Amino acid sequence: MGVLSKGEVKAYAVKPSEKGLTAGRWAMVIDTRVCRKHEPCEECIHACHHLHNVPQIPYKKHEIKWIWKDEFEHAFPDTAHEYANEVLKDREFLLLCNHCEHPPCVRVCPTKATFKREDGIVMMDMHRCIGCRFCMAACPYGSRSFNWRDPRPFIKNPNPSYPTRMKGVVEKCTFCTERLAEGKLPACVEACKHGAIIVGDLADPHSEINKILREYFTLRRKVHLGTGPSVFYII
Amino acid sequence: MLEKALVGSKKYYALVFFLAAVFLVGFFFFLKQLKFGLGITGMSRDVSWGFYVAQFTYLVGVAASAVMVVLPYYLHNYKDYGKLTIFGEFLAIGAVTMCLLFIVVDIGQTHRLFNVLLHPTPNSMLFYDMIVLNGYLLLNLICGWTALHAIYKGTKYPDWVKPFIYLSIPWAFSIHTVTAFLYAGLPGRHFWLTAVMAPRFLASAFCSGPALLLLLIYIVKTFTRFDPGEKAIKALAKTITYALLANLFLFGCELFTAFYSGIPSHQFSIKYLFAGLHGHMKLVPWMWTAYALMLIAAVLFVIPKTRNNLGLLPLLCILVVIGTWIDKGMGLIIGGFIPNPLERITEYMPTFPEVMISVGIYAAGFLIITVLYKIAISVMESRGLI
Repeated sequence: MGVLSKGEVKAYAVKPSEKGLTAGRWAMVIDTRVCRKHEPCEECIHACHHLHNVPQIPYKKHEIKWIWKDEFEHAFPDTAHEYANEVLKDREFLLLCNHCEHPPCVRVCPTKATFKREDGIVMMDMHRCIGCRFCMAACPYGSRSFNWRDPRPFIKNPNPSYPTRMKGVVEKCTFCTERLAEGKLPACVEACKHGAIIVGDLADPHSEINKILREYFTLRRKVHLGTGPSVFYII
Repeated sequence: MLEKALVGSKKYYALVFFLAAVFLVGFFFFLKQLKFGLGITGMSRDVSWGFYVAQFTYLVGVAASAVMVVLPYYLHNYKDYGKLTIFGEFLAIGAVTMCLLFIVVDIGQTHRLFNVLLHPTPNSMLFYDMIVLNGYLLLNLICGWTALHAIYKGTKYPDWVKPFIYLSIPWAFSIHTVTAFLYAGLPGRHFWLTAVMAPRFLASAFCSGPALLLLLIYIVKTFTRFDPGEKAIKALAKTITYALLANLFLFGCELFTAFYSGIPSHQFSIKYLFAGLHGHMKLVPWMWTAYALMLIAAVLFVIPKTRNNLGLLPLLCILVVIGTWIDKGMGLIIGGFIPNPLERITEYMPTFPEVMISVGIYAAGFLIITVLYKIAISVMESRGLI
């Protein structure tokens, strides 16, 4: 680093690691058939929430979650209907940030604290967020949580290698950008022993994920809103 | 002119100290909120905006409504509003200040507020809201203060202020339009996703604001020699009538679209507000009260005999102010969050500290209005105008 004067250093852009995983547009496929076979299983949720120091707040109104499960009629409220078969009714669906192609949260953020990266990941800058919660009103998937109080007392077993948050900021799934940069797959993908979660490059027509999408019938949440979700569900 | 605010009757001092004390109580609760976080309020992951944002929205309307006296006076040379205009502008100053304070208390990281200036983001509607609200505050300060200063000096207002007056007219419409756009452009919030949101905002603003202005004028009239004149009051009552009818009409349009189309997601919030959803019905009595008050007021405002009854008019204004306040300050914002995007229901009610902080902000706003009105009346008295 070039020293400018005493006590000052010139800042350089971080060079991406050569091991890092890259994509034109990151996307995820969740095979809900596999999830159903292994119910009740919450390993991906536990792995994600432990790794990212997501607090376990018992008071539901102040709850913080990056990835969680819900029923079909709540995950896909505009697709669900009363004549759906039992399989669909019983199955639980993993829900998380959709890392939309046209993210409404990014559109409304007044400080660019939430932004879309070139690889399609919708990221948060927790140090810039003013806590106006416009993104929470804008997200049609309920993917965002707000720190209504200091989250730190509710982190049972903190992971020292990932920052905790302070009160008054919004947070959500970051597609594990910190792990991708080191060449590791997202925590939920790694935690799932049954291979129900697959990530890959949507922009590359020859990628594994595109092959899967061509082969299987998949759903995305609320496509009619034009947000272009990057999370797909095999039914 | 500021010296006029420092001398007054005992009643004036009592009011000033009372409002300042209430503001301090609110400030005490705000300090508690700073310490604990916004969890001190009734807001939640599902209802992520509540009382603060709702009061903000209501008061933007009150601020914008100053144009209902400014426009006839300056554009149509409607002389009867001569004395009233300054009071309209001063009400706007108090209302915009309250709006800004409600934003300040609603922010999770209060000290980062200026990130909005540090990282200006023109694709966010909040960016424009910041510009139009602060601009409107400045315009009303310039126009109101210069006009009063001209009276103080016994002259006509200077020519340089005219462009600012003309600018303040479309600007008033812009503040409430941009505020409506905060909500009306969000995918998946069906209750807000409607093109009549901005017109409806303006209609409810142009009845609630002038109604509040008339109430304040009645109070001022009781305690001072100021009288805007019967003609001005009756003219403003007509404005309230038309705006109130437009407001109810636009709500009827919403009902038609939601229920004739039969699309469930367009109906959920309305059903929640007026009938309850899956047994959740905390806001139902509020909403029926709001619409009953507005409907009764609409009938009494339309009938010339009751509208022109100057003894009855303050009561009608109270009906309008309460009705529109519940509709916008309780129903509109909270209703938009229920049910949540996953069609689950979390209800909301403001907590005691949340209400106290809000009351504190109202006290601050009315303190500003009291002082400004006092100055205006003293200046008019000193010139023998009243």
